[in-house]
Amino acid sequence: MKVAIASGKGGTGKTTVSAALISVWNRPVTAVDLDVEAPNLHLFLKPRIVGYEKADIEVPVADESKCTHCRACADLCQFKAISVLGNVLLIFPEMCHGCGGCLAVCPEKALSPGRRELGEIRWGNAGRAGFLMGVSRIGEAMSPPLMRAVKSKLQILLQAQPADVVIDAPPGVSCPAVNAVMDADVIVLVTEPTPFGLYDLQLAREAFLPLDKPMGVVINRAGVGDDDVYGFCRSVHLPIWTEIPYDRQIAAAYSQSRIVADVSAHLKAGFMELADKIRQAAGVTGEVCLA
Amino acid sequence: MEKIAVTSEGPTLDDALDPRFGRAAGFILVDPQTLQFQYLDNGASQARAQGAGIQAAEVIVRSGAKALLTGYVGPKAFTALQAAGIQVAQNLDNMTVRQAVERFKTGQVQWAAVPNRMGHGR
Repeated sequence: MKVAIASGKGGTGKTTVSAALISVWNRPVTAVDLDVEAPNLHLFLKPRIVGYEKADIEVPVADESKCTHCRACADLCQFKAISVLGNVLLIFPEMCHGCGGCLAVCPEKALSPGRRELGEIRWGNAGRAGFLMGVSRIGEAMSPPLMRAVKSKLQILLQAQPADVVIDAPPGVSCPAVNAVMDADVIVLVTEPTPFGLYDLQLAREAFLPLDKPMGVVINRAGVGDDDVYGFCRSVHLPIWTEIPYDRQIAAAYSQSRIVADVSAHLKAGFMELADKIRQAAGVTGEVCLA
Repeated sequence: MEKIAVTSEGPTLDDALDPRFGRAAGFILVDPQTLQFQYLDNGASQARAQGAGIQAAEVIVRSGAKALLTGYVGPKAFTALQAAGIQVAQNLDNMTVRQAVERFKTGQVQWAAVPNRMGHGR
């Protein structure tokens, strides 16, 4: 089974929860950091990286001598990655989503496939857990294409070594966040009991609801703020699977890149309970993910 | 006389010049001598998540304008306008379209060699 650890608001504790969950997961498991713009799960799991590869995307390259400026490519492109201005064909590779449509419609065969580097994929293991992450190239504006490359690599790793999957998702509710949770069996929404936490939790629930997946909430920094998050969860029947108290010891552990499940037996028990609730929500009793 | 384009917040010469290029409300296409003009709406560019500047540049190129008076132009839009041979005057703000055209007529605008924005309105 796959579980995605997501949130609307950034900084609520997705990585804290992901790392702790991995540490208590009592079946074969692979950790995947899909927050490719700012990956940080490795800081806590401290994996041994055994392999890496560059990921790229197909972008058009023009042979200007063949171009008749017919605009077929420019009219097709929804992202303004290719344009004809007067008698000049202009390509903006950084705008390209790699659909290949311009190459397909060009009647003069003036376009050929080139590459734009998206970033790097790294994999290895963290103790008994498998580990996989994507790191976006600095300057790259799109993360879903790299996320798709990371997910393809995940399929390959799972075929070699079946395991459950814990995905550390990017924050927000736009394309990257949706891309990270769309293949999961269960979505965990990490929030905090503050007005910001509540507002973004509402957005996240709304964004992910059409995916029709079981969702549950982890309330981090329980004890700060107010009770409105609890009231909201009750009113929409969103189960609260565990709470992480607002506690100086936890903040200290985090600042030293330690896994918070190791702070106390009580916290560890809380994450083991979370793992059970996730598996119950997935309806999983025994099978690990076979890609 | 060749026509020039001015980014505008509205459809007349007395509307405020819109300092944004890619996400300008629209463009006044005007003959500086006769002041005959027409308004080109830029709503389609405003609605885009990305590529507003490139789309706006396409509108300007299609309009036949030889020069553009505006506030801020991003790098991709600037590249597109330059490729089509359109002269660009930037840093105009806090004036009406008519005032910008007057400046152009009296030679008080400078043609830019580089864009003055990083893209995405920054």
